[in-house]
Parts: sequence; structure tokens; C-alpha cells
Amino acid sequence: MPIARAAKRATARLGAVVLAGALLAACGSSDSSDSSDSAGGKVTLNVDLFGSFGFKEAGLYEEYQKLNPNITIKQSDTQDEADYWKSLQTRLAGGGGLADVQGVEVGRIASVTQQQSDKFQDLKEFGADKLKGEFAEAKWSAATTKDGKILGLGTDVGPEAMCYRTDLFKEAGLPTDREELASRWATWDGYLELGKEYKKKAPAKSAWLDSVGSLYGIMIGQEKERYYDASGELIYDKNPAVKEAWDTSVEAAEAGLSAKLDQWSPQWNQAFAAGSFATIPCPAWMLGYIKGQAGDGGQGKWDIAKLPGGAGNWGGSYLSIPRAAEHKEEAYKLIEWLTAPEQQAKVFQKQGNFPSSTGAIETIADAEDEYFSGAPIGQIFGDAAKESPVQVLGVHDQNVMQQITNALSEVERKGVSSDKAWGTAKKGVDNVIG
Amino acid sequence: MSLTATAKAGPRSPAGTGPGPDDGRAAALRRTWRKASPYAYIAPFFTLFLAFGLFPLLYTAFVSLYRVELQTSGEMEWRGIANYTALFTDEYFWTSLRNTFTIGVLSTVPQLAMALGLAHLLNYKLRGRTFIRTAILLPYATSVAAATLVFAQLFGKDFGLINYVIGLVGFDPVDWQTGTVASQIAVSSIVIWRWTGYNALIYLAGMQSIPHELYEAAEMDGASRWRQFVHVTLPGLRPTIVFTVIISTIGATQLFGEPLLFEGSISGGISHQYQTLGLYMYEQGWGFFHLGRAAAIAWVMFVLIVVLVGANALIARRRARKEAGR
Repeated sequence: MPIARAAKRATARLGAVVLAGALLAACGSSDSSDSSDSAGGKVTLNVDLFGSFGFKEAGLYEEYQKLNPNITIKQSDTQDEADYWKSLQTRLAGGGGLADVQGVEVGRIASVTQQQSDKFQDLKEFGADKLKGEFAEAKWSAATTKDGKILGLGTDVGPEAMCYRTDLFKEAGLPTDREELASRWATWDGYLELGKEYKKKAPAKSAWLDSVGSLYGIMIGQEKERYYDASGELIYDKNPAVKEAWDTSVEAAEAGLSAKLDQWSPQWNQAFAAGSFATIPCPAWMLGYIKGQAGDGGQGKWDIAKLPGGAGNWGGSYLSIPRAAEHKEEAYKLIEWLTAPEQQAKVFQKQGNFPSSTGAIETIADAEDEYFSGAPIGQIFGDAAKESPVQVLGVHDQNVMQQITNALSEVERKGVSSDKAWGTAKKGVDNVIG
Repeated sequence: MSLTATAKAGPRSPAGTGPGPDDGRAAALRRTWRKASPYAYIAPFFTLFLAFGLFPLLYTAFVSLYRVELQTSGEMEWRGIANYTALFTDEYFWTSLRNTFTIGVLSTVPQLAMALGLAHLLNYKLRGRTFIRTAILLPYATSVAAATLVFAQLFGKDFGLINYVIGLVGFDPVDWQTGTVASQIAVSSIVIWRWTGYNALIYLAGMQSIPHELYEAAEMDGASRWRQFVHVTLPGLRPTIVFTVIISTIGATQLFGEPLLFEGSISGGISHQYQTLGLYMYEQGWGFFHLGRAAAIAWVMFVLIVVLVGANALIARRRARKEAGR
């Protein structure tokens, strides 16, 4: 039956055409999105970030485009880092849809250097090794693989402090001077004591602290070893430092000091302006977030004091170039410029993200922030950055942290006992590690 | 002459081609095309189905037998059925299975009941009927994301409208995100809001196929609207109800967007209190990057849906047979 066979062949061919069409359409759309008008020598660089890196806010893209007229920069960003990381991983696995520059959070950098060094560009090939001296040692080494590949350039770091609302403090009859507060809450016990005092005379619907999750986060940032030890072994359940941060957070929850909010949730965002809490532990990058959420109405109501219990670091980011990026060389020039001292200083002035470049730290030593009642942010965060420990980073840092803060929320919001919640946390971590 | 010529021309085909050797071939070609063309017409669907339906399904089954992590997706490690057996001892799997069931019941039952009532009312002559019929479909046309974000605001603990109203009546505010029952009700309410109108329209279509004389006869016998509904509408609507139950069961088993966006948590709340199977699969796959385990969950869901739909159909058929025998 030659004709039946011909029909079959025709069907197959038709199918192939349809399929090819679909595939072409898929390719076509990805082509046009990261367009490059190579005809006129013009290059569009895609920068994909999370949270607020502050480049756009500080006007850096415009400046760079003026310096390099052949470059156009397009930024896309995701508010929540967890969502961002998910989509980045999916695209890395598929090998498509990647931007020329991708942001990487410090809690993920170990995953990049240990698991995915083949998927990111070694910046040494573009001469990044000459920049080594410009960055804080810990920042630089965390993005370097064992065999010496440099996979990211540091943007900000997260020196820690305590942000508070002077108007609410006044109403509750507490001192508002940042020096006096720093000495009253020199330790975490002092912080909790002051919280109990606040609670007695607090304005209606206002708690001492936003959530025990942020308390835990800022405390764990004061530690050198957290979830992993230097050999890469998971030690979170044996680590006394984790236990201490956990216990303090539980104590705060049980004393009813927190507003029981879930960090990054819409409710949490609304609470910044509504005055639902009087203090919030704040790494430097939180300043921009507070300004964004509390808005102009919060101007001058906020202040910043030294963190109880010593200096620490929470967060900070890198800029990386995926291997599959289209314009690697131009992308490198851009990130080298963006992470240079002058630019890091500009981002700090505008957004509060604290520089990881040592040169920039010197230039901003006497910076003050009007929004935060003129707090000497250069000095507060500068001191914290100098004193904070060099942290051991692990592959699942971010996920382990998420499971523990989830379990803490159970204590905070459901009144679950500390032991039971810790059991939940351990189960959650096992589930993550799989 | 001319007569014979026309007579001769008569039997010729209108196209004017002689009965040469070509004639048989063209006819055969036409015949095969007539036979083959339906296949050609449906080919696009089946090619797409093979590429984007069947292949992913089978590949998922294949992946579910391995340990695969998204970050290192090149390295696959054989696990056999261990991904499946692990689920049986996985507390979160059972929690999400239970949640899927309870949220499914909480959303499907009131939804279908309300849709039925709505359709019954719309089936009467109302002023502005077309407008109302279109209006009830509007929630369905809204995107899940938009609807859920609005509902998440309404159900907010401190600034939510619902708690505000509850407060006016004099009750304590409810923590809609944290409580197990409260959060499941909140999630179900989004599903109900979105799908009631859709189901009502399907019921309405079913009702219109019920002969109007039956209602007239019932009315003449003095049957109230309620009795008309019970004795005329419901029996006539049985096949439609079976259809909506099956569709809703499938929808409920796959419930994903509403619980994901309700609080923006891939764990379905701090104690997994409203995590559905779909969400658990997502958490395993795209939260923790365990693709093998996520694939196993996907297959368990698939089998579950097949079993549920089969059970539904079986019950429906048995009832129908019973009725026929009566």
C-alpha cells in the first residue's frame, strides 16, 4: 500500500513542520527579548536582580550609558530572593533565558562555587584577579572556588544595627538617644528587658519587635559558624550559637514582644507605615526597604543604634555572569564599573546598601542619613563591618535558615512549644537536604 | 452528426479528461485522501500532544525513579521506587494529601450547591437576564493571581476587611493565615468565588435542555418552585452534575495557585496547614530542587486523579442503572 505509506509520511512531515514551527517560535521569542543590534555596534545588556540593589535608584545605569553610548542596560528584578533564585536555577538548568548579569545572594554563593562553577563565567579570564585588593577579604574569597575561579564581584555587605521608632519610644516613656539605647541594650538580655518595659506602656496595637524571624536572623549573623562547619559538614543542630539565637527568639515570642508578622509578607510591609512595631533589627540593606515601605511619612521618625550583643553581618550580594550569557565581555566591564568604589559609595548614599569595597568604605565614613534622624550610618555600619566575623558559608544556608524561621513562627503565632517547634525545624531541614 | 457527437460526449466526465490511464490513479488518490485527510486534520493536535503531553508524562515517570537535583541536573542517581516509598513515611506528604481533600470538600460542595441554586434562579424569566448571566462569569475571567492577592488583603490579620467586619459584630479577629481551619476556609473561599459562576452557567445550559412542558405541568399540579427544583430540575440535570463533579474533583486535586499566592509561602503556611499536593510538589521541585521526588509526587497525583474520576464515573453509572431498573 504505497499510498497509505505516503499518507503516513505526509502526516509525519506535517507533524514535523508543526513541531518545528513551535520550536522556532520559542527560539524567536527568546531571541527578541535579549536583542542585540549588532548592526550599529549597539549592545543591550540585561541585568537580572532581586530585592533592591539600588543601581537604578542611584542613577548608575544612566551614568554608564552616558559613558558608553553603545550600551543600553535593561534591568528586571524580583522582590523576593527565594523566587528569584528559583527562576534562575530553572534557567540555568535549561541553559536559556539567562541575563548577561545575574545577582547572587551571599547565602547562595557557596552553592554557586561548589555546585555550579561550570555554569558561571570565570571572571579571571577578563582580568578580575587584579581587583582582589579592592575588596574585603571575606567577600572576595567567598566567591572564589577551590581551584581559583572567580565567579562573582561583590556589591554590598550586610553589617547589622538596630532600627527603631523614636516617636513610639517617646510615647512609651523610653529614652530615644541612640548612644543611651546602645548602652541599655548592650546585650540581648538588655534588649528583651527594654522590650518588656515598652510593652507595659506601649501605644495601642504596637509591639516591640516586628517578628522573631528577624531577631533570629540578626543574631545568627553575629556568628562565625552557623549551619555548616569549615569542612562543609552540617552542624546546625549541634551548634550552641544556633541554640542561643533560637532560645532568645523563643523568649521574645513567649513574652509577647513581637507583632507576629511574617517577614516579606504584605502584612509585614503594611506594618512599617502603621507603626505596628517599635524596633526592627536592620542590616544595612534594610534601610532602603524601610524607606520604601514606611514612605515619606516615616521621615525623621526612625533612628538607628548599635546592635545588641556585638557586630554581625546579614546578607550582601554578588554580580555574576552566566556562561550562557550573550555579551560576556561587555557584561564584565559593566559589573567591574558597578562594583568599583565610587559606584558602591553612591549606592550607599542613596539606598543604604553598605559597600564591600574597602576603598568605598573609607569615603563614606561620615555619612549621615536624614531619614533616620540624621543617624551616623557611615560610622555605625562601618564599625559593624570592621568587627563582624568572617562567616562560614554552606550550600543550603538559605534553606536551613528558612526552615528554622518557619518553625519560630509557629512558636510566635501558634504558641507551639519550643521543643516541638525545634522538631519541626529539624524535619524541615531533612526535607530540604533530601 | 451533431447528435452523435453529443451522444458521444455525454458519458464523458464534466472535466473533459478522457478515460485514459490517468483517470484511475486520480480517483484512487482522491479516495485515499478522503480516507487519510481526517488523520491529517487531527495530526497537529496529536503531534502537540505527543510532544507536550505524552512525552513529559513518560519522562516524569522516568525521572521519578532517580535522584535528580535541579542545581546539578546532569548527575542522575538511580533510586528505583525509593522516591515513592519515601512518600509513605513523609509526614508532609500525608498532611498535604489531607489538606487537598479537606480544601477540596470545603470548596467543591458549597460551590456546586450554590451554582445549582443560582442556575435555578437564572433559569426563570428575570429582567436583565443576559447581563446577570454574563456577570456571574466575571470571577472566572479574573486571573487567579489577581483574585488571590485581593483575597489575601481581605483576610489580613491586622488590616483586613473581613476581620474589621467581624470586629464590628463584636468577635475577636481571626488569624486567617495561621489557623488550620481558618486558612483552609480562606483558601476555599477564593476557589468558590472563582468557580461558582462558571458551574452555574454549565448547569444553566443543562437546565435549558429540560423540556419546558415539564415545568408547566408541574406548575399546573400546584408544585412550588422548590418542588419543581427537586423533582424536575435535579433528575434532568444528573449527567451535567456528574460532569461538574468530575471536573471539580480534578480541579481540587490540582489546586495550586490559590494556596501558593494566599501568603506567598511555598510551604502552605508555617506549619504546612494549607499546603496542597500541587504545592508540595512545587516545594520539592522548585523550592528544594529535588526533581526526582517532585516527579514521584506528580505521578501519585496523576494516579489519584484517575482513581477519583474512575470512582465518580462508577458511582454515577451504578446510580443510573439502578434508576433504569426501577
